[in-house]
Amino acid sequence: MTAAPRTLAEKLWDAHAVARGADADLLYVDLHLVHEVTSPQAFDGLRRAGRRLRRPDLTLATTDHNTPTDPRDSPDALSALQLEALAANCREFGVRLYPLGHAGQGIVHVIGPQLGLTQPGMLIVCGDSHTSTHGAFGALAFGIGTSEVEHVLATQTVRRERPATMSVAVEGRAPPGVTAKDIALGIVRRIGTSGGRGALVEYRGEAIRALSMDGRMTVCNMSIEAGARAGMVAPDDTTFRYVEGRPHAPRGADWERALDEWRALPTDTGARFDREVTIDAAGLRPYVTWGTDPAQSSEIDGVVPDPDAFADAAAREKAHRALRYQGLAPGTPIREIAVDAVFIGSCTNARLEDLRAAADVVRGRRVAAGVRALVVPGSAQVRADAEREGLARAFTDAGFDWRLPGCSMCLGMNPDVLRPGERCASTSNRNFEGRQGPGGRTHLVSPAVAAATAIAGRFALPEDLS
Amino acid sequence: MKAVRRIAGRAVPLDRRDVDTDQIIPSDWLKRIGRGGFGEGLFSAWRRDPAFVLNDPRYAGATVLLAGANFGCGSSREHAAWALEDAGFAVVVAPSFADIFRTNCASIGLVTVELGEADVAALMRAVERDPRTELVVDVAARTIAGAGIARAFPLDDLTRTRLLEGLDDIGLSLREEDAIAAYERSRPPWRPALATR
Repeated sequence: MTAAPRTLAEKLWDAHAVARGADADLLYVDLHLVHEVTSPQAFDGLRRAGRRLRRPDLTLATTDHNTPTDPRDSPDALSALQLEALAANCREFGVRLYPLGHAGQGIVHVIGPQLGLTQPGMLIVCGDSHTSTHGAFGALAFGIGTSEVEHVLATQTVRRERPATMSVAVEGRAPPGVTAKDIALGIVRRIGTSGGRGALVEYRGEAIRALSMDGRMTVCNMSIEAGARAGMVAPDDTTFRYVEGRPHAPRGADWERALDEWRALPTDTGARFDREVTIDAAGLRPYVTWGTDPAQSSEIDGVVPDPDAFADAAAREKAHRALRYQGLAPGTPIREIAVDAVFIGSCTNARLEDLRAAADVVRGRRVAAGVRALVVPGSAQVRADAEREGLARAFTDAGFDWRLPGCSMCLGMNPDVLRPGERCASTSNRNFEGRQGPGGRTHLVSPAVAAATAIAGRFALPEDLS
Repeated sequence: MKAVRRIAGRAVPLDRRDVDTDQIIPSDWLKRIGRGGFGEGLFSAWRRDPAFVLNDPRYAGATVLLAGANFGCGSSREHAAWALEDAGFAVVVAPSFADIFRTNCASIGLVTVELGEADVAALMRAVERDPRTELVVDVAARTIAGAGIARAFPLDDLTRTRLLEGLDDIGLSLREEDAIAAYERSRPPWRPALATR
């Protein structure tokens, strides 16, 4: 008898089930990433209960959320306390920590892949919703809450109900100028902010296969913006080439054994998904969000929509609220919206390929007068690589601030925040009210559009620049 | 976690969908390393508007939050659940919840009740008409009742038992020690690991 065909997600799930239950399975965690914000209460709980950290060797900590990115800034008192707490907890429980200033430091979702710690076939968790980023390698990766962080520290497992599976196939070739970020925004726009709820999403199709690992990470990163539990891409030669030779990648005979396992991971022919969505890549354009959720976007050639034209009453009310908050009038061409700030960074778009794309646009040009523009690399290594390649120079020559790595203005926990009413073109993942600072107005875009917008002072494509 | 069997209380209607965790507790509040006091940060940006429903004194002391679909979307911050709990809420009722938020609520014993859009809307209208309307949530029976409405809501056996008995999740999982240890022995030795002291 041959086994029933399974999806990638089902194979990953089955391979990590330690114990099965009627309502939930206990799953083994191969890598637990820890940062300063969602871990202090978890370590406290462990300490109070007198429990040990089961697998410090499968746990890695870094500081990213509230670290300053301007070398002249120091963390505020509360942040400093939180950073110290992480350092003390790591010392006490024997966890490897890459703090600010260390060559390994960076955004959790950037350093895992870069170190080769993120590999196909793994189960990866972190107290952060963008953990889905690691799914780009054909791993099962999802965000957890602080109680679950404590649970993983103590047991190296996480309990989860078996979710639905969903296929999002982006078929055909994306037109020139449509980046991984636009594919991600296009998917959220199509299926909505809860379109992936309850599901492990597998991104498939020619346009996904054609992406580099950096691009696949961008797409998987924003799975949570569609409400999905996780997002993933089947591993292939692009994946293996990326992993091979990285510090924690298997070597020699182990590499061959790993490849054997990884090549068996892709979804079997005939396997069924609970839900399936197909998107025609040829219909995608560069997108700019106009509202306060990531599904509220327009093509850059388009206009701010008229909420009254929305059929659904709740969507109409929501759009009205969003436009009031964003200070935008229906019918305004996207290209006529002027910005005060441009942020290139975050776990969505702060890897080397993102910075290359942005640097190519700004090289030899100047940031528009009155626009505050910053580039925050995803990790110390991305920063060093970008400096070696001359990208940093291109940014600073154009008038960008070149910063230290961290989450920065994606979520406004460090000094990098928008002032009330300021409008920002941002390569991050969330345009929620106040996300980048109280009263701040966020528009999500790709690195190329962010860079062109910094130069033009209003939303622009690279080819719009003279 | 303390046991939760039955909650009877008044409700506040937050008639918005896709309420994200950045609204429930803005990121500035995430710098704290303790577990208490997050209630003060609950909806702190929206609370600056005097007309915001949580500022309405008629709803003071409510223990049930009624909200629109996809409540708790966005970040994984458990601080959102802590803030609701600290502000006195024991139940959130909505047509749907974001997955991580719902898991976080279960972790701390905050009950999430998923009801149909029409039922949630009817409850909202009822408590808008009469803020003294009392709702009763029975965890054992998996029912919610009030304002002339009585409905069953989905609650899996495991979560129900954990709520009723106030069980410690970690303690529960550590009972699987043999299975965890056996799994560890079966893992491919080439999976990455960090050298520790």
